[in-house]
Amino acid sequence: MNLDLPLVWAGIIAISVLMYVLLDGFDLGIGILFPFARTPAERDLMMDTVAPIWDGNETWLVLGGGGLFAAFPLAYAALLPALYVPILIMLMALIFRGVSFEFRLRGRRTGKRFWTGAFAHGSIIATLAQGFVLGGFIQGVTLRGGQFAGAPFDWFTSYSVIVALGLVAGYALLGATWLVWRTEGETHERARRFAWAAAGAVAVLLAAVSVATLAVHPQIAARWGLQDGRIDWSQLAPRLPIPALGGFGLALIAFALSRRTHVWPFFGAILVFASGYLGLAVGFFPYVVPYSLTFRDAANADNTLAFLLAGGVVLLPAIIGYSLWVYYVFRGKVGADAGFYH
Amino acid sequence: MDFDALLLSRLQFAFTLAFHIIFPAFTIGLASFLAVLEALWLITKTDSFRRLYLFWVKIFAISFGMGVVSGVVMSYQFGTNWSVFSAVAAPVIGPLLAFEVLTAFFLEASFLGVMLFGWRKVGPGLHFAATVLVALGTLTSAFWIISANSWMQVPTGYVRLPDGSLRATDWVQVIFSPTFPYRLAHMVLAAYLSTALVVGAASAWRLLRDAGEAESNIALRMAIGMFAIVAPLQLVAGDLSGKQVFRLQPAKLAAIEAFWVSRAEQPLHLVAWPDRAQETNHLAVEIPKLGSWVTAGHASAYVRGLKSFPPADRPPVFIVFWAFRIMVGLGVAMIALGLWGAWLAWRSAPERNRAFLRACVVMGPFGFVAVIAGWVVAEVGRQPYTIYGVLRTEQSVSPLRAGEVSLSLLAFIVTYAIIFSVGALYILRLIAEGPSPSPHEDTEPPRRGRPPGYALGAAPDQPEPAP
Repeated sequence: MNLDLPLVWAGIIAISVLMYVLLDGFDLGIGILFPFARTPAERDLMMDTVAPIWDGNETWLVLGGGGLFAAFPLAYAALLPALYVPILIMLMALIFRGVSFEFRLRGRRTGKRFWTGAFAHGSIIATLAQGFVLGGFIQGVTLRGGQFAGAPFDWFTSYSVIVALGLVAGYALLGATWLVWRTEGETHERARRFAWAAAGAVAVLLAAVSVATLAVHPQIAARWGLQDGRIDWSQLAPRLPIPALGGFGLALIAFALSRRTHVWPFFGAILVFASGYLGLAVGFFPYVVPYSLTFRDAANADNTLAFLLAGGVVLLPAIIGYSLWVYYVFRGKVGADAGFYH
Repeated sequence: MDFDALLLSRLQFAFTLAFHIIFPAFTIGLASFLAVLEALWLITKTDSFRRLYLFWVKIFAISFGMGVVSGVVMSYQFGTNWSVFSAVAAPVIGPLLAFEVLTAFFLEASFLGVMLFGWRKVGPGLHFAATVLVALGTLTSAFWIISANSWMQVPTGYVRLPDGSLRATDWVQVIFSPTFPYRLAHMVLAAYLSTALVVGAASAWRLLRDAGEAESNIALRMAIGMFAIVAPLQLVAGDLSGKQVFRLQPAKLAAIEAFWVSRAEQPLHLVAWPDRAQETNHLAVEIPKLGSWVTAGHASAYVRGLKSFPPADRPPVFIVFWAFRIMVGLGVAMIALGLWGAWLAWRSAPERNRAFLRACVVMGPFGFVAVIAGWVVAEVGRQPYTIYGVLRTEQSVSPLRAGEVSLSLLAFIVTYAIIFSVGALYILRLIAEGPSPSPHEDTEPPRRGRPPGYALGAAPDQPEPAP
C-alpha cells in the first residue's frame, strides 16, 4: 500500500493546530475575561478551572511548531521569519501568562496584583499576536528562493487587525462557555452574560472576517465561486455547509444559553471554530505558505515522513487517551461549595 | 545576509538557551527526587517524606512553569532565526524534535496537572504513577534533545544529495550518533548533581538556623549521598565524553586545551590567555606531557593543534578554553564537597558542622553555572558550524534585519530578567518557610474556592485589589 505521506501529515498538522486553537483557546479566553471578573475570589476560581490542564493544552502549540519543522520544514523556514514580530510577541506574552499560574499564588500584595495583570494582558496580547499570525498567513508571504523576502511588518494590515479582534472574541467565547460548564453560582451567571456578549461579538466579527477575506483575497473568493462579481453556484453550493455549520454553532449557543444547559454552549463554540477553520482551509488548500508553497512543495523527504508516522500512529492516540483521562480526573464543577472533590 | 542580524541571532540563541537549560536541568533532577520521596513515603509511611514531597513539589511547580515557557521559545526559534538551518537539518533531525514533543512534552505537561492538583483527586498509587511519568518525561526529553544536538556535533547516518540537501539513510545512526551516549550520561548526571546542590544548599541553610529540623536532615543526607556518588561518576562521564571529542572533533579539543601546535607530548595548560591573532598563549602555566595524557590517554600521544586548521575553521579559543576550566573546576569542588560530606556523615553529624553547611549553601547555584559552562564548551566549540563539517553558522541564519532581532533580544533580556528574579525570589521565600507544615496546609476545608488537596494550598491568602 502506498500512503500519500505529505497528505497524511498535512491532515495531522491541521488537526493539531485546530486542537491547539480549541484547547488553549479556552484557557486564553479565561485570561481575556479576567478584567471582567468582579472579585479576586472569582479570578482565583476562574483560574482553578484551567490550572491543572493549561500546560497540556499549550503543548499542542509546541507540536504545531515541532511538527511543522519535522513534516513541512520549508513552510516552517518560510513562515517563521515572515511572521517574526508577531510570533516573538506571542512567545513573550505566553511567557508572562504561563508563569503567572504559579507566580500569582506566591506573590504577596504587589506581586499578586502584578501577575494577575500579567495573566490578563499576556492572554490578550498572545491572542492578538496569534490573530496577526493568522491574518499574515492568509494574506500570503513573499518568498525568494524558498526564503522569506518581504518586509518585517507585511503582516500588519487592516485585514489582519480584523482577524486578530475576531480571534480575541472567539477565545473569549470559548473561555466563557467553558466557565458556564465548569462553574456555578454567581460566577456561572456572570459567565452566561459573558457568553452572550462574546457570541454576539463573534457573530459580527466572523461575518466581518469572512467578507473581508473574500473582498481582499480574490484567490480565496474564486474558491468560493465568487469571481468578477458573478456567483458560480457549482463552486459555492458544495461549500455552503461550512458557513451553515458556523450558523448552527451560534444557534446552539443561543439556544443552550437560553435553556440554561451547562455543557452545550461550549460545544456550540467548538462548532463555530470548526466552521471558521474549515472555511479558511477551503480557501487556501493545498497551500501551506499561501500562495507560494503547497504542502507537497514544502513536505519533508518521504523516508523522514514515514519514520515520523511510525512514531505518530502509536504516540498520538496515546496522547489523546491520557489527555482525556486527565480531563476526566478534573471533571465537574469547580467551586468553593460543592462538586470539585467528590 | 546582514552580518549584525547574524551576530544578534547568535547572541539571542545563546542567551535564551542558557536561560532555558537551567530549568530542564533542575526539573530533571527534581522530578526524580520527588519520585524517590513519594516512593519512600508510600513504603515507609514516614511523614517527613510526605512533607518533603509537598515542600519540593511547590518549588518544582515554579521551576517547571519557567522551563515550559522558555522551552516553547526554543521550539520556534529554530524557524524564526535559523530558517536555513531548519530547512537543511529537518530531513534528518526533524523527527527527533517531533518525537521529543510526542513522547516527552505531552507526558510531562499532562501528568504535571495530576501531580500538582491531584493529591486528593486520585489515589496514592495513581498519584505516584503521575510523579514517575513526569520524571520519565523529563528524562525522555533529555534523550531526544541530546540526540539531536549530538547529531549536530558529529553527523552520521545521512547522505548529501547532489542538490545539497540531506537525507537520512540510517535512523539508528542518526539517533545514536557516536558522542550521544556519553553526552546523554554527562547531561543527566549534571542535572542530578545540580539539583542535589540546590537541595543540599536549601537544607544546609535551614539547618544553620535549626540543626534539629528532621526533614532538612534527611534531605541533606540524601544530597550528600548524591554528591559523593554522582560527582565522581560525572568525572568519568566527562572524561569519556572528552575522549570522543578527541577522536571526532579535533578542532574543538584543540580549543578546549588551547593547543596551537600539533605535536606529541602536549603540555596541559592550567591557565593561559589564548591569543587568536598571534596564534599562541600568553601567561600560560603548564604541566609538560599531561595534555596528551588527559586528552588521548597516554603522555606520548600526538595531538593536533589549532594551527593545523585553516583560520576560518577554528572555534573561538578563549571562550571554549575558559568555559571548560570553569566547568572542570566546579566539578572538582563538587567532588571535594561530596568527600567532605561523606566523611562527616560517617564520623559525626554534618548538620552540626557549620563550615560544611556554609560550603553547601555557597555551592547551591554552581551546578547550573557548570551546566551552562559545559554547554558553552559544546556549542562554541562546534563553531564555525551549526552542523559540524556540513553547514556553517553564517549560512544557517534567517533573512532577518538587525532591527527586529535587536528588539527581540532586548525584549528577551528584560522578560527573562523579570521572570528569573521573581521566580528565584519566590523559591527562596518557600525555602525560608521550610518544609514544616504551615498551619492551614492540606488539612483545612477549601478556602476561597481553592480546592482542598490542592498541593499548593499553603499559598499566602491575601486580599487582592482590582487589577
